[in-house]
Amino acid sequence: MTTAPARIVGLRCRACGRGAPLGPTHVCELCFGPLEVAYDYTEVAPLATRAAIEAGPTSMWRYRMLLPYEAEEAPVSLGEGLTPLVHAERLGEQLGLRRLYLKNDSQNPTNSFKDRVVSVAASWARQQGFQVLACASTGNLANAVAAYAARSGLRGLVVIPDDLEPGKVAPTAVFDPVMVRVRGTYDDVNRLCSELADRMPWGFCNINLRPFYSEGSKTLTFETCEQLGWRMPDEIVIPVASGCQFVKHAKALDELRQLELVEPGRPPRLTGAQARGCAPVATAFERGETHIVPVREPRTVARSIAIGNPSDGSDVVRLARASGGVVTAVEEEEILEGIELLARTEGIFTETAGGVTVAVLARLARQGRWSRDATVVAYITGHGLKTVGALEGRTRVPEPIPARLRAVLAADPGGLLEAGQPAARRAAG
Amino acid sequence: MRPVPVTVRVPGPLRSLTGGAPEVEIDGGTVAEALTRLDGRYPGFAARLYETDGQLKPFVTLYRNDEDIRFADGLGTPLADGDELSIVPAVAGGV
Repeated sequence: MTTAPARIVGLRCRACGRGAPLGPTHVCELCFGPLEVAYDYTEVAPLATRAAIEAGPTSMWRYRMLLPYEAEEAPVSLGEGLTPLVHAERLGEQLGLRRLYLKNDSQNPTNSFKDRVVSVAASWARQQGFQVLACASTGNLANAVAAYAARSGLRGLVVIPDDLEPGKVAPTAVFDPVMVRVRGTYDDVNRLCSELADRMPWGFCNINLRPFYSEGSKTLTFETCEQLGWRMPDEIVIPVASGCQFVKHAKALDELRQLELVEPGRPPRLTGAQARGCAPVATAFERGETHIVPVREPRTVARSIAIGNPSDGSDVVRLARASGGVVTAVEEEEILEGIELLARTEGIFTETAGGVTVAVLARLARQGRWSRDATVVAYITGHGLKTVGALEGRTRVPEPIPARLRAVLAADPGGLLEAGQPAARRAAG
Repeated sequence: MRPVPVTVRVPGPLRSLTGGAPEVEIDGGTVAEALTRLDGRYPGFAARLYETDGQLKPFVTLYRNDEDIRFADGLGTPLADGDELSIVPAVAGGV
């Protein structure tokens, strides 16, 4: 084991506060709560200046002083993070929001936000001498683990439910990890991996490496504020699966404020998005409780967030409430409409989980949640090509025509003949 | 419920209580009863698994064989001879 830098104190239980030494363990021995990396912010502060960050790499590693990795060897990176923050003017116009932004994390190396977390986990695991980089996955994490294992020279092991979308299996298989398909739900896979992680000396990103892995999520919020000119938005809409990511965005905001990296102001409301077909967190929120009743059989096209037993669900409810946010669930049709709305207004194709996020955003906007000038950011966490099958039967594919000018003109596809004239030429007559 | 022998699978963080053993045999007619006897033989389990009000801690998941006991009768879930009772910490993932 390498000595940790002074800025990293160790691990600390988020539930009971008990400390633990830095190591591949994710559960508090005392209360079973999640362990998190604890920093000494007096050590971090001199490193975490706007100038230092802006002069850093054009990846999420510009925030390395707030990540649990430090070594002479460069981190395992494919250029993850620093994804575009898109000012969504056309979508905003439809929703009555002048300052709507989309953090487009589908632009990561394997097209989901998971590259952020896996980059941290892989870097730490390699430094600690792990041979195997593993995960239980709903698909996106498997993509990322397989790619970063290939990149780092670690052996990849991905454990997935057997009915995963083909769009997530093939882009994982190409990196040649060991792939284990399990008959069952993601929750079954998780339980199996949890027991495996206990017995085998493997680094499971979302299990025994979770304290390191999950820190990577923070960079999404760090970057969002940096890209807004070091200002915090009024509200952030975040998809919720296990809730691990959501919780880390709250931590990221605390750190940005504590280190005075952002302009002072009211911290954003944090709002969670779920699919009604698997909405244990939204249900608890609606009932005014924090106790999560698990969902046995998730039924939604949004497979990547269909977690019936969300580990951090109670904390999501607490943080959403404390910040003034909500946790909302949307129906299947709204999810698909969300994908289409985003594609048609902004040219961004997101997967079903992104459809959930956009659908929640759209529903809340139409309910009048925000004033026209509110700065609202939605996290678009994965690319549409991963779940293209969800749109089957909804996208119009025209009949073929002969390769002749007359045939095109006769077909007048979509009435383009009239609309196609640039305004300047129309005016000139 | 007549106590029957079952196997309890102990996760890493709790193995300090069982002297490192990943599995222990215990008798119990229900999940709650098995856990009570487990705590009797290896003191400390109850404090780790239960809140002060007697509810299971939120980060603890218990399985009778392949079934999350919350989908059965919770702590009252009956046990059959040879069942496996697994104690599993909750896991992050998704999105």
